[in-house]
Amino acid sequence: MRPNYEDSVGMPKAKEVDFQEQFTENGQYAKWINNAILLPIITVISFFVLGLLLWVIVRFNRRANPVPSKTTHNTFIEVVWTLIPVLILLGIAYPSLDLLAKQFKPAPAEAVTIKATGYQWYWGYTYPDHGGFEVISNMLKEEGDVAKGERFRTENDGPKLMAVDNRMVVPAGVPLRIQTTGADVIHAFAIPSLWFKLDAVPGRLNEKSVTITKPGVYFGQCSELCGARHAFMPLVVEALPPAQFAAWVKAQGGTMPGAEKPAPAAPAATATPTETVAAPAAAATN
Amino acid sequence: MTTIAATGTDLHAHDHHDADHKPGFFVRWFMSTNHKDIGTLYLIFAIFAGIIGGAISGLMRLELAAPGIQYLQGWASMMAGKEASLDEAYHMWNVLITAHGLIMVFFMVMPAIIGGFGNWFVPLMIGAPDMAFPRMNNVSFWLTVVAFIMLLGSSFVPGGTGLGAGTGWTVYAPLSTSGSVGPAVDMAIFSLHLAGAASILGAINFITTIFNMRAPGMTLHKMPLFVWSVLVTAFLLLLALPVLAAAITMLLVDRNFGGAFFDAAAGGDPVLYQHLFWFFGHPEVYIMILPGFGIISQIVATFSRKPVFGYLGMAYAMVAIGVVGFVVWAHHMFTTGMSVDMKMYFTAATMVIAVPTGIKIFSWIATMWGGSVSFKTPMVWAMGFIFMFTVGGVTGVVLANGGLDDNLHDTYYVVAHFHYVLSLGAVFSLFAGFYYWFGKMSGRHLNEFLGHLHFWVFFVGVNVLFFPMHFLGNSGMPRRYPDYPEAFAYWNGVASFGYAIMAVGVLIFFVNVIWSLVAGRRAEDSYWGEGATTLEWTLTSPPPYHQFETLPVIK
Repeated sequence: MRPNYEDSVGMPKAKEVDFQEQFTENGQYAKWINNAILLPIITVISFFVLGLLLWVIVRFNRRANPVPSKTTHNTFIEVVWTLIPVLILLGIAYPSLDLLAKQFKPAPAEAVTIKATGYQWYWGYTYPDHGGFEVISNMLKEEGDVAKGERFRTENDGPKLMAVDNRMVVPAGVPLRIQTTGADVIHAFAIPSLWFKLDAVPGRLNEKSVTITKPGVYFGQCSELCGARHAFMPLVVEALPPAQFAAWVKAQGGTMPGAEKPAPAAPAATATPTETVAAPAAAATN
Repeated sequence: MTTIAATGTDLHAHDHHDADHKPGFFVRWFMSTNHKDIGTLYLIFAIFAGIIGGAISGLMRLELAAPGIQYLQGWASMMAGKEASLDEAYHMWNVLITAHGLIMVFFMVMPAIIGGFGNWFVPLMIGAPDMAFPRMNNVSFWLTVVAFIMLLGSSFVPGGTGLGAGTGWTVYAPLSTSGSVGPAVDMAIFSLHLAGAASILGAINFITTIFNMRAPGMTLHKMPLFVWSVLVTAFLLLLALPVLAAAITMLLVDRNFGGAFFDAAAGGDPVLYQHLFWFFGHPEVYIMILPGFGIISQIVATFSRKPVFGYLGMAYAMVAIGVVGFVVWAHHMFTTGMSVDMKMYFTAATMVIAVPTGIKIFSWIATMWGGSVSFKTPMVWAMGFIFMFTVGGVTGVVLANGGLDDNLHDTYYVVAHFHYVLSLGAVFSLFAGFYYWFGKMSGRHLNEFLGHLHFWVFFVGVNVLFFPMHFLGNSGMPRRYPDYPEAFAYWNGVASFGYAIMAVGVLIFFVNVIWSLVAGRRAEDSYWGEGATTLEWTLTSPPPYHQFETLPVIK
């Protein structure tokens, strides 16, 4: 079951225990923080507590230790079990805050903007840099569930309940500025393989930047309860090489912005520190 | 003072009251002012609500046992009395998750742990004859009952796409305002108002009782830790519930009176609702677990035959958890689009809570260390609690990281986390407390063998049920989904199997309770032996209808 794009696929696997494979640098970093730092720490702590309890069972049961000790205080040990957790938490906080700083690095000026609007119960993807056309994306139903002649899901579209008729097509390897908003109630734009989740809130324009490292297809599902068909408005991002993306834009009746992008010499990254929760007015002042 | 006392004696001189004089059935159980009877009522109510809430989760696990929609449409048709559409079936799912959450939080855990054990044992442990405001105590209970009836009733009236309130227990706007037409959500909100009012009255009652009615010599620093835990909980209730009341009143205004607090099109803000809700909602999770901490402390000390290790640290760790619990709420909202500074602050502040929690875990273990531990049923549950709460706690540290939460938020990882701290934390402490005090409350012993069997079956069941949910969350399965892609089928099947094991455990519990009430061995006054040092063990089992007519004096 592989969607028609053959490079890489971000979707859940059967019996999966770990996070999905990550296709952004921040996603890989976040997954590493969990798997290399947090998971070992919490596993050790859990087994440490379990070990202490087992030792109590073996050593301090009524038969093995008929006379209980009278100890009720030990300042040293109390300071130790206060300070060591503090140190562990400091150790966790450093990469954790570093990850946040990276995730909030604003998109450079030339980043491609896509605005995702959550509707009950489908998504709309608007391309303001490319003429402002909107792609409406509905979940594909199964063969038995559609009227004759209507499109239904095939194996090339993706897994059941995750495949859509029109994907959110983006260029791979290029910074993206993904904005989300809700048309009716709150939805959430979520792609686990891109470590990306952002609520689509009516009256707000949320924004996060992301760069997809490889061309491919990345599946996600609405992640904020939005009513009856909450489970049936999946998201599919298809990342194409930039040239193919330009061709896709043309096919949609859109336009590519300006001339060819100059060499990435200009440090444009510092130019627009757009705030995440930027209202349209605030964005205009930049 | 003396005059009043004298008058009282005169009035009652001809009407000899003994400590065990009980009123008739109706007056005793429907107009009760006796803290023990009200505690019993709360416990019975909580068990009843727990059966309903647990049955709802059974329906959910049945539907989720395999991919596809198997039963929902049939259930929705049964509820509506006519053939339900697929959308009405999906709405039914949202009603189930909403009802399960609200029932378990407001009508099972809180009534059991605060209303039940709090009412029963706070006065006994501080050497008081009753609660400070016995009549208000009764009002609290009956408001809770009416609130529960309102909530159940809401499932039979229109709530938007179908019958019932399908907003999730968080009742987020605008899904709960413009997104849910019909009286169901109004009824659910009003139910929360009533339950909240009941809890606020209860909180005032506990605070007044604990501050004013302790036996001579019982200073705050000599109070049993269970009383400390209820005191801290009562303050959390008192400060947090009015904020919930305000938030849901604003929802009612938006829904019915043209308000626009949370309507973006009219200048309102849907995220404001979330801030208000979670300012209540986060302390609420400590409201559910702190009394459990108190129960575990009593049990661990009793069965280790040792006083609690680091008593002051234990008491003030609870105070610290309560205080810090008020400044971490937005970690429930990491994906709403908050700024990097906010996210960093709430990440750091949330992690801080791990420190006092760690102090408690290690102090319990230190209490057992060097002790002479007997592994009676309550102790087994308490040890299960300590381990399971640790597992739930460390996944909380993972979720505290705002950057990781970008993936984990609203997935089954979160569901796993809060069921480990609640279903395996709060519920384990409830069972522990029940096994610990059942003899004191009823005068009869529970069966030890059935108690241990209940523990092991339940322990295995909930772990098979909830541990795979971590994997589902990692893999990306969102919460509140009635159906899922094939890839999530395996662990969902395992989880549903775990539910069945757990359900067998609960059956064993009920067999044990019924058997013990009918044929259980009579309980002595202090049936756990010399380790049980708090005042309730100086009384008979069950205690006299009115206890401590002569106040005990604490050395």
